[in-house]
Amino acid sequence: MDRIPILKMGAFLLVTIQVDMYDRLALNLENDLVQMVQKHESKGVLIDISAVSIVDSFMGRIIGNIATMSKILDAETVVVGMQPAVAITLVELGLPLTGVHTALNVEKGMALLHVKIREANSDIDEQGADWENNDQLE
Amino acid sequence: MISLSKDTIKIKSEQDMVLFRQRLREYAQKIGMSVVNQTKLITASSELARNILAYAGEGKATIEVVSERLQTGIKVIFEDSGPGIADVNKAMQDGFSTGKSLGLGLPGAKRLVNFFDVQSKVGHGTTVTIIRWKR
Repeated sequence: MDRIPILKMGAFLLVTIQVDMYDRLALNLENDLVQMVQKHESKGVLIDISAVSIVDSFMGRIIGNIATMSKILDAETVVVGMQPAVAITLVELGLPLTGVHTALNVEKGMALLHVKIREANSDIDEQGADWENNDQLE
Repeated sequence: MISLSKDTIKIKSEQDMVLFRQRLREYAQKIGMSVVNQTKLITASSELARNILAYAGEGKATIEVVSERLQTGIKVIFEDSGPGIADVNKAMQDGFSTGKSLGLGLPGAKRLVNFFDVQSKVGHGTTVTIIRWKR
C-alpha cells in the first residue's frame, strides 16, 4: 500500500492514518493532500493520528509541512487523536509542531474547523461591510 | 550487565525501518516496558535508524534485552560504515544538521533514553548505543 486514502466531506478533507508510516507514504500523503485542497477548494484538513504509535522528527516535519502548505492555500489543518505517549515523546524530542491546530478527537476537531472557517468568513464580511460603508460615504 | 537475548536487523530501506520498529516494540512489550517508555525508545531508535539511511545508506541495528542490578531494559546498537561524524560535539547540538533535516535526531534521541553513546571515526563509520530501562 503506497497511499493513504483522503475522504472529502463538504468543505473538509479527512485523513485517518491507520498504518505505521514510512517515509514514502508520508511524502505521498503530503503531496496528495495539497493537490486535493486545491482541486476541491477545501477549507479544512483533519488528520486523525489515533492509530499512530510513533511520530519521529520526520513525521512531525511532514505534519508541519501539510499545515503550512494548506494554510498558504487558505485551508486550516487540525491534527486529532494524538496518544498521550506520543505527545510526551514529541515534547522531549523538542519538536514544536508550529502552525498545527490540535484537538482531542475527531468530533472536537470538526467543531474546531467549523469555528476557524466561521472566524475567517466573518473577517471577510466585516471588511466587505467596511468597503460598502466607504462607497456610501463617497 | 547481562545480555538476555539478541537480534540483529539490517537497515537498508524504509521498509526495514518499519520491520525494525515492530521488532523493537515486541521486545519492549515482552519485558513489560510502559507504553510511554516504549514510545520514547522506538522514537529515539527511529531517529537513529533514519540517520543510518540518510548518511551511511545502510547499516544494522542490534536489539538486546539487558539486565543490570535490579533493572531490565533494552539496549540498541546502531552500526554503519558510512562517512562518520567529523565533530560529534557539534552534531549533538540542537538544530545542527549537515543534511536537510531539523537537526533533532541525535540530541532529541539522547533526551529520550537513559544511556546514549556515540563513537565515530571519519571514513570508518559510526556506532551509537542507547539503553532505555523498563521504568
